[in-house]
Amino acid sequence: MSAGRNPTGIGKLFARVVETPLGLISTTIIGLYVLIAIFAPLVAPYDPDATALGQRLAAPSAEHWFGTDSLGRDILSRTVFGARVSLLIGLLTVIITAVFGTVVGALGGYFRGVFDSVTGRFTELLLAFPYLIFAIGMMAFLGPGFANLVMALSLKGWVEFYRLARGQTLDQAAMEYVEASQALGQRRFRTLFREIVPNILPPVVVLATLRVGYFMVLEASLSFLGVGIPPSIPAWGSMIADGRGVLFIAWWVSTIPGVALLILVLSINLLGERLQEIYDPKGKSRQRFNRWKRRRAAAAAPAAAGAGDAATAAGKAQ
Amino acid sequence: MRLSKLFERVVSAIPVAIGVAVLAFMFLRFLPGDPVEIMLGDTAVTQQQIDTLRSQLHLDKPLLEQLWLFFVSLFQGDLGTSFLRNQPVLKLIAEALPATIELTMATIFVAILIALPVGIISAVRAGSWLDRTVLSGALVGVSMPAFWFGLLLILLFSVELKLLPTSGRLTATLAVDSVTGFMLIDTLLARDLRAFGTALKHLILPAVTLGVVFAAVLARVVRASMIEAMNKEYVTTARSKGLREFTVVVKHALRNALIPALTVTGLQFGELLGGNMIVETIFAWPGLGRLVVNSIFARDYVVVQAAVMLYAFTYVAANLVVDALYTLLNPRISL
Repeated sequence: MSAGRNPTGIGKLFARVVETPLGLISTTIIGLYVLIAIFAPLVAPYDPDATALGQRLAAPSAEHWFGTDSLGRDILSRTVFGARVSLLIGLLTVIITAVFGTVVGALGGYFRGVFDSVTGRFTELLLAFPYLIFAIGMMAFLGPGFANLVMALSLKGWVEFYRLARGQTLDQAAMEYVEASQALGQRRFRTLFREIVPNILPPVVVLATLRVGYFMVLEASLSFLGVGIPPSIPAWGSMIADGRGVLFIAWWVSTIPGVALLILVLSINLLGERLQEIYDPKGKSRQRFNRWKRRRAAAAAPAAAGAGDAATAAGKAQ
Repeated sequence: MRLSKLFERVVSAIPVAIGVAVLAFMFLRFLPGDPVEIMLGDTAVTQQQIDTLRSQLHLDKPLLEQLWLFFVSLFQGDLGTSFLRNQPVLKLIAEALPATIELTMATIFVAILIALPVGIISAVRAGSWLDRTVLSGALVGVSMPAFWFGLLLILLFSVELKLLPTSGRLTATLAVDSVTGFMLIDTLLARDLRAFGTALKHLILPAVTLGVVFAAVLARVVRASMIEAMNKEYVTTARSKGLREFTVVVKHALRNALIPALTVTGLQFGELLGGNMIVETIFAWPGLGRLVVNSIFARDYVVVQAAVMLYAFTYVAANLVVDALYTLLNPRISL
């Protein structure tokens, strides 16, 4: 029961997520996309790069479900392979930025001092650039490419995680359990990474989930402009760009990859909101607290202890 | 007192601005290889041209001296010379700027026009099917790539319905003298109503593309802050005075709810600038974003460098303005 309220294990968290219809739908869709991306060569009916000039701009049919592009390439197959790029960029960038940002933010928030001021100033500088413009600027100079794209997105993307982690760490550091840990003579690094960081993870996970979708849209935007993924790799953004020139005669070329991207990003954002619902508790923390108070008043010893733990854990999670 | 706080805030933006300039300066050094060779590409050039460009960019001097010279010319209002167009970058930017400002203002107008009523109604009827529809719509809007939405709008309004034009600011045959650079104003100054109408038509699709995406973000904020405001005691007081519900919502709750909405608008201004870049590319809108994208492909990096820097300056300034407005609107908050 207490575990259900503030789940810690991945399995328990998953069970909580799929409790609601939207949670179930979004995780199913994301899972499907991941499977399709992994098994793309098996799923795609054609070679994504195979050109068939006799089949140029063929409308959707039984043979080509989503039609073909101006080189006669099968849109369905290219869309299937495009999922790889989007998912890889989204996940890779989020992992890099979330880990780096959280560590730097937690260190800064806990130890303060020179390190904190220097990183703080530096993030202010990065925040002065609108994200897309920063990424476009970086990519203009670095040149298109997968690694360059991850680098350009990560260089600025960690700032959000830094700010979140730093703020959360500042809050946590003032709490009694941290004091207790220090009073017990725990080394400060250990206190930070064993006691504080686990408690600031829930909001970090929520932010990370929401950022995956954001990074995917950014990647697509950059590829659309021609400064992201090189045109030789099928990616949704560049596919949409390909269709721009033939918009008046072949609507499907641009539309299909856009729908694929929209559904994926929407599902990820829904998942993010679901996680937020579980972890955060605007409104719900009050209910939980009231319930806990009621239970404690009822003085049923074991139940009160369990619920009490859940409430403090939830309190820490904020 | 408050004025001095504001002054402090302005002063604190100076080191950020300097840092932005340094970072922009560094951009050219991120190029894999010799900037001059990359910029000139495979065009047949003489050694003299190479040397001229190199000394123009001060690349023949030590790095620190380059940085110093970069700042000196920056303060003289010299952003460098576009080697492609052989014109001062400042002039190119100044020519492109009105188009971008016009589009940005139209976008914000569209966003507010949608987000304000939708957010308010959604908050007043919180929990209803109407509210849920608005929330789902907003989530779709937030998840949607703006450039793709723009193409969908073109498909619908230009390809199918043939109602609106898809590129540029004005049909060439209707060209009017450029006085302010703002097409809507210039056409009115020329007393050419037909041109004005056409200019307006050209503006609709790009403004709606980004305006709708932006409205999705804004509507969520308006809704959330309206719900909070509606639960405040002053709203209960206003109700108990027997005021009409409309007056309570608009005069009492909305006024207070606007402050958080304003903050978010400021924070989202950067997204707006970035989105503009993409929308300008789709609709061939001759603004700053299109200038940047075209310059990237022409390897005219001096223009890219200057424009990215200018975007960052604008963003910093916009946040300053929002902070200032924030204190003006709510005297209890000091910066």
